[in-house]
Amino acid sequence: MQNAIAQRAPRKPASFYRLKRRVVRGLQIFALLLVLIYTLFPYYWAFVSSTKQGAALYRSALLPALDFTYYRQLIDNPIFMGSLLNSAYVAVSTTLLSLIIGISAAYALGRIDFPQRRAMLMIVLMISIFPQVVVLSGLFELINWLGLFNRPSALILTYLLSTVPFTTWILTTFIREFPRELEEAAIIDGCSHFRILMKILLPLMGPSLASTGILAFILAWNEFLFALTFTLTDENRTVPVAIGLIAGTSRYEYPFGQIMAASVTVTLPLIAVVLVFQRRIVAGLTAGAVKG
Amino acid sequence: MSARLARRDHRDAWLFLLPVIAVILLVAVWPLARTFFFSFTDAYLDEPSVYSMVGFDNFIEILQDRSWWIAVKNTLIFAAISVAIETVLGLAIALLLNSAIPGRGLARAAILVPWAIPVVVATKMWEWMLNDQFGVINKVLSGLGLVDHGIAWTASSSLIMGVVIFVDVWMTTPFMVLLILAGLQLISPEIFEAADVDGIPAWKRFWSITLPMLRPAIGVAVLFRVLDALRMFDLAYVLAASNENVMTVSIYARDRLISFQELGVGSAASTWVFLLVAFVAIIIIGVLRLDKAAGT
Amino acid sequence: MASVSLHSVSKSFGTHAVIQGVELQIDDGEFVVFVGPSGCGKSTLLRIVAGLVAPTDGVVAIGGDDVTDVPASRRGVAFVFQSYALYPHMSVARNIGFALETLGMAKEAVSQKVLSVARMLKVDHLMDRRPRELSGGQRQRVAIGRALVRQPEIFLFDEPLSNLDSDLRMEMRLEIARLHNDLKTTMIYVTHDQSEAMTLADRIVVLNHGRIEQVGTPQQLYHAPDNRFVAGFIGSPRMNFMGVSSQATAGRIVGAGNLSLALASSDLENPITEIGIRPEGLRLVAEGDGRMVCILERIEDLGHEHFGYCRISDDTVWVIRLPEAPSPDRIGKPVGLDFADAAVFAFAGDGRRIALAGLQKMAAEAPLP
Ligand SMILES: Nc1ncnc2c1ncn2[C@@H]1O[C@H](COP(=O)(O)OP(=O)(O)OP(=O)(O)O)[C@@H](O)[C@H]1O
Ligand SMILES: [Mg+2]
Repeated sequence: MQNAIAQRAPRKPASFYRLKRRVVRGLQIFALLLVLIYTLFPYYWAFVSSTKQGAALYRSALLPALDFTYYRQLIDNPIFMGSLLNSAYVAVSTTLLSLIIGISAAYALGRIDFPQRRAMLMIVLMISIFPQVVVLSGLFELINWLGLFNRPSALILTYLLSTVPFTTWILTTFIREFPRELEEAAIIDGCSHFRILMKILLPLMGPSLASTGILAFILAWNEFLFALTFTLTDENRTVPVAIGLIAGTSRYEYPFGQIMAASVTVTLPLIAVVLVFQRRIVAGLTAGAVKG
Repeated sequence: MSARLARRDHRDAWLFLLPVIAVILLVAVWPLARTFFFSFTDAYLDEPSVYSMVGFDNFIEILQDRSWWIAVKNTLIFAAISVAIETVLGLAIALLLNSAIPGRGLARAAILVPWAIPVVVATKMWEWMLNDQFGVINKVLSGLGLVDHGIAWTASSSLIMGVVIFVDVWMTTPFMVLLILAGLQLISPEIFEAADVDGIPAWKRFWSITLPMLRPAIGVAVLFRVLDALRMFDLAYVLAASNENVMTVSIYARDRLISFQELGVGSAASTWVFLLVAFVAIIIIGVLRLDKAAGT
Repeated sequence: MASVSLHSVSKSFGTHAVIQGVELQIDDGEFVVFVGPSGCGKSTLLRIVAGLVAPTDGVVAIGGDDVTDVPASRRGVAFVFQSYALYPHMSVARNIGFALETLGMAKEAVSQKVLSVARMLKVDHLMDRRPRELSGGQRQRVAIGRALVRQPEIFLFDEPLSNLDSDLRMEMRLEIARLHNDLKTTMIYVTHDQSEAMTLADRIVVLNHGRIEQVGTPQQLYHAPDNRFVAGFIGSPRMNFMGVSSQATAGRIVGAGNLSLALASSDLENPITEIGIRPEGLRLVAEGDGRMVCILERIEDLGHEHFGYCRISDDTVWVIRLPEAPSPDRIGKPVGLDFADAAVFAFAGDGRRIALAGLQKMAAEAPLP
């Protein structure tokens, strides 16, 4: 029989391929370690620094000193605890509101055929990507007019600008993944659109709502521009602004220890959520982009 | 005739959309319209109701301001370089995490950490690590004998843009990695197996199979990231307040508006930002043909 | 129970016309089956009857009343989906009873009705299970139960059995037939499966590209198809076709494989461009005998029946149904094919079938050379 082309390719001894495979594997694991250090070290370092007092902070020992004085100071600091509460209040309210508004819109955009559907989707998408600074003056006026200036509620209202289009978009892609026949069956069974949403889709959408809610929460928790602009006094600030505005008396007394302690504190809940709901978050992020 | 059945559906659709439309009108369309309106006035923030119309004066004033052009240049440089680095790095990490190696599950979770951390916190963390005297990075560098005294990363006007880009890359590469990973997972493994059996070398497999098939995923990710980078505010603001070397157009507009209380001029600046971003978005969508790739 | 009538019903999705001017009258209690190639609009037409899709044009009437604008839930129809579309988060009992619950019926009345339907379909021991804990056949029964409980005037089935394996499909087919027998309710049934269509239907509607090609009893469609499409679509394996040319002067048509058929003069006005013979209308005979010659290329032995593949020309292979397997030595050799005149279907250039007066008469005459 004639040699097939595939058989004619030159072949080296088996040991060569074994070695090559091991080298590649070794390089991959090395690269993975680098990635882990790159992504995790800054946070680790923030933690290490936040537990060192005085001069120890300036000696770069790699292990934490586990002195929690700064954390105790934070807990005793009513302004910081207040801003933590503000952040929680704003982020939770924003998330709930955006989910409710988003699911309702997503049902219409994902399921009901109406002529302006595509246009509405494009509008929603465009609003989620345009720069917030563009609406700053208009929002400023609106918030003053509503009497919300320097109130955390102002932030809830303005955060809807980014979270509502975003939740709408993601929930629309999630809703589209449900088989259409499920709703057709419900229509035949006599359900109104509202009943379909409440009794058929919502009970099935727990995971999707969780993904979307977590993303909206993170967005709201981390927001800076509006929080900086629409709150004025310390007791109404959210945590990112509070941290951003911590300053020392001079450049050399910059309170890095305290800042790191505060940073670790506000980030801890996020990191816990992220690690626990890793899969759901990735599902939400990619639902919006790849399938969109 | 039976359009009536369809009409009932349409009416329901609008009912479901009512809340979202109300929100969009209230916090997007109306403020946007007011911003456009104010940009033609000489109003000040402390007394917005007192103004007169000044035509295009504000727009011209912005264009004649050297700081504005510096901000535009900074923003474009920042967006171009950071997104370019993120894309390449994100692609590399995604390819790494897509191969079957021990610990990749851990890495996939770890990669989310920089993404979830608030920008302010990330900035403070890196500011501390890059501190000229006590920062761990300078300690490591001098420990390795690479520098003899600490580099003033954040204080030096020539390095600060580099620092901003570096921190941004750290925070947003995870987003790229996740989107590209999702794109990779849409590619059937059989395609790679076929290439393997056919003896296609790894680099060729990357150029002729992986990259073309990832194009839509990368395109969407790049679009999102570029638009996000163009509106960057918090990172540069926290790191350097209004330092001209990293002032972005968002910082510029907010400064005019809030710090200088110039409602009219600030709104005009915001409008220019809007036009700039819209212009770049249209170019990117055109170049990547995303309208076709992401047909909704 | 009710009749259904569709009057010049059309449906377009954007510019894509999916259903085009359909006229159809379905009598009370009739079992009608829609067949047609994939994408021809069967499901769409069924959904139009159900009210799930609004027609772009035309009138849908049920029981004589115009229901074009009536929503699906008020049409008195029940729909069984190919994917079953059971509510995944509800138990079997709640799935079946959900429509009644939606109507606001009292709890005990609902559970009583649900139980009687479940008994009838032999799923009463599964009442608390979720759909994902059921087998395919059980899901199918629950889906039918959900339809039954509403006591609809019309049952609509969209390929309800296509996700089942062939044994279960047979069993459920019988069950649906029995259901129709017991209830005498109008049923419209979409299927890909020829044997389902032939065994269940009172009448079959053949659809193609959104138009009705023919409506008739299974026998009519099999023995007297209106056109080439229906002839090719009904019957399995499908009818063998061959292009022919008419020799008007000689009063005959000729084709590959030495085919030559004499025609009555009345047949010559419509030029015949193609003929067809079903696999069961052909007989394998010795070379030199019969009315055509060909090469036997391959034999498929299915146990209870056999099919021979005969090459007639470079681009024509015919299938013959054989009562018993011929000797393998004949493979690759020339053989003869014989058929009765009545087995020949003739088609005009536009696909219409032409009834052949001449051939039927000639059947008694001596075979052609
Ligand atoms: N909602 C829709 N929007 C656009 N086109 C559609 C829609 N529903 C169906 N179509 C198109 O209408 C045509 C007919 O679809 P239909 O589902 O009725 O076919 P079918 O005969 O049931 O096919 P199958 O046997 O594969 O189920 C197809 O070309 C399909 O692509
Ligand atoms: Mg179908």
